[in-house]
Amino acid sequence: MKTFRIGGVHPAENKLSAAAPIREAALPKQAVFSMFQHIGAPAVPVVKKGDKVKVGTLLGEAGGFVSAPVYSSVSGTVSKVDVALDASDTRRMAVYVDVEGDEWEESIDRSTDLVKLSDRPDLDAKTIVEKVKQAGIVGMGGATFPTHVKLSPPPGQKAECVIINAVECEPYLTADHRLMMEKADEILVGIQLLMKAVGVEKGYVGIEMNKPDAITLMQKKAEKYPNIEIVPLKVKYPQGGEKQLIDAVIGRQVPAPPAIPINVGAVVQNVGTAFAVYEAVMKNKPLIARVITVTGKSVKQPSNLWARLGTPFRQLIDECGGLPEDTGKVIGGGPMMGKALISLDIPMTKGSSGLLIMNGQEARRGETRPCIRCAKCVSACPMGLEPFLLSALSSQHMWDGAEKNNITSCIECGSCAFTCPSHRPLLDMIRLGKTTVMGIIKTRAAENAAKK
Amino acid sequence: MSVILIAVIVLGLVGLISAVVLFVASKKFAVYEDPRIKQVGEVLPQANCGGCGYPGCSGFAAACVKASESGSLSDLNCAPGGQKVMEQVAAILGLQASAAAPKVAVVRCQGTCDARPHGVEFDGAHSCRIQNMTGMGETQCLYGCLGEGDCEHACLFGAIRVNPVTRIAEVDESKCTGCGACAKTCPRGIIELRPQGPKGRKVVVLCNNKDKGALATKECKVSCIGCGKCVKTCEKFEAITLGTNLAHIDPDKCKMCLKCVEACPRGAIKAFNFPPRKPRTEGPAAPAAPKPVAAPQVEPVKKEAEA
Repeated sequence: MKTFRIGGVHPAENKLSAAAPIREAALPKQAVFSMFQHIGAPAVPVVKKGDKVKVGTLLGEAGGFVSAPVYSSVSGTVSKVDVALDASDTRRMAVYVDVEGDEWEESIDRSTDLVKLSDRPDLDAKTIVEKVKQAGIVGMGGATFPTHVKLSPPPGQKAECVIINAVECEPYLTADHRLMMEKADEILVGIQLLMKAVGVEKGYVGIEMNKPDAITLMQKKAEKYPNIEIVPLKVKYPQGGEKQLIDAVIGRQVPAPPAIPINVGAVVQNVGTAFAVYEAVMKNKPLIARVITVTGKSVKQPSNLWARLGTPFRQLIDECGGLPEDTGKVIGGGPMMGKALISLDIPMTKGSSGLLIMNGQEARRGETRPCIRCAKCVSACPMGLEPFLLSALSSQHMWDGAEKNNITSCIECGSCAFTCPSHRPLLDMIRLGKTTVMGIIKTRAAENAAKK
Repeated sequence: MSVILIAVIVLGLVGLISAVVLFVASKKFAVYEDPRIKQVGEVLPQANCGGCGYPGCSGFAAACVKASESGSLSDLNCAPGGQKVMEQVAAILGLQASAAAPKVAVVRCQGTCDARPHGVEFDGAHSCRIQNMTGMGETQCLYGCLGEGDCEHACLFGAIRVNPVTRIAEVDESKCTGCGACAKTCPRGIIELRPQGPKGRKVVVLCNNKDKGALATKECKVSCIGCGKCVKTCEKFEAITLGTNLAHIDPDKCKMCLKCVEACPRGAIKAFNFPPRKPRTEGPAAPAAPKPVAAPQVEPVKKEAEA
């Protein structure tokens, strides 16, 4: 069984909602669309107060190449364009829409019939990438990197294969799992589209062994697609990390930054992205909804919801039996990499793969004790770094030392902090160091460029 | 016997040759260091705080000597040493010390736990910079003091400390040298270096909130909402300017009339080290900021005692 080479941890899986079919969430009364739903330049609002919008109307256009447009997922009236608290826990520009009815733009094909690639011989790579760009599709695994950028390799780089990330290594989350169970055909067409867009003949789908039903189903469906191979993987966190997945599936290691996956010939896309690409290209549907897992040990009805973007998290929780009384923390995303939310009125965004409600006891971090030099963090680090050292350098503000020890390679998976028996806040410190060092590198590059 | 003799002679010769080589080398490759650098270094406080912008006191001494070639020390100032040290430095270099106004750090936030409730709890590493990276922090204000004490750790003089009750950093003016280490560390840029002012008196807008009025009102009870009332009261001196929804008082233009303190509907402007006034100040300003009025009364006493 394949897996990645270095490090990794085994957190308790807790996939409580694995058997819950995806159900449609109710429309919100007011939807809030953050202009910061992706990595890169924010979208620029193109609507103003009082404008009537439909499902699929453009609200914000892309603010640059590494950016993505934002579409309305509801119909109604724009009530204001103002700052709103979003999943980053800060207030940023957003468009508020008061929902009235459910009217869709005519251009969107709402039928559920499967459109195969052979039905659309007119599609070429350029059209697909353009469609993906127009639809505002971003990485649906949570990192929200604009997909069209990944599909346009820098000059001189050639992709050899597309790897689909269906690992879902985060505990609790089951959104990708359920999507595969229910939309396998669409996903496979989406993968074909992605392969065509980057011009490769080979596609892999990496799925962890804790989803045997999804592996069986996908393997059966994929028989018709000889170019697509389903790769079962050993369960280990953080296999869903881009670099870890490439190592696990095709056995190549991506060098330290600034190298990116394309340097080893791989383009990695999430399985949710593959589905979104299918919908965008074949059904002309922009990215307006996604699957989100609402889960937690005290949640009455852990579910997978097909929810419109912009729906406040509070409403999604209410649909799953309401906020449990013993709630200690609500996390946007999974328990390993997700971010604690400071308010339940935060709206759902393109990257919201899960909503995890932890009870009081679980939510607490352990008491921090001194480092006992057990080196567990070193063996756990999937990037082969030395977290204890990076953390110490960072706390001492020794940025050049941190840079020499490759702090920028850190993928912030949290395996080090998870495994630490002394409950040291390793990731907090490393993240501080990484941000600072990246700032220093950027300034230095700017200075060097100015000198030349 | 002869063995000992040979050894003595050989070693003696080796020593002699080495001495000659070393002597020649020391003359030939001698690096000239201006003796004044050492002299200047001796009068500096040796706190190595870095407040001057140079790597430690020796770096500053070298910079002073270098600057003396151009004949002016106006860009250089040793904050902990103050005017006295700068005069000594100038005397060594045969120059006139420019009068630099001594500065102190001012924490521009009054958002105590009462004024700005902590809605959530931050459970991560106790550092302002880390908490700031997670977004808003514990309160609804994106601009206010986080209270984890990064400034406290940065201060070499024990002059700033987070009050455990209010969870806001407070400056002990009698200890603050104005080196600016805290201001550099603060991830939210709340700490401002202001001229100490006559008898330590100064009027400052104690808020850093750049949100629009309606939002700022919700976030904190003592936030500046950018209403501009203070700007109007100060039309005569034009000391107050309005930035992005935030007023700022120019210390050079401020005449300390305290009219803005009374005019501020939010109690966001505070007068430091003024003697307690009769009924008038207890009017509009007092109820909004009772604590800050009480605190400075203690400080002038301390200062006098030291002097």
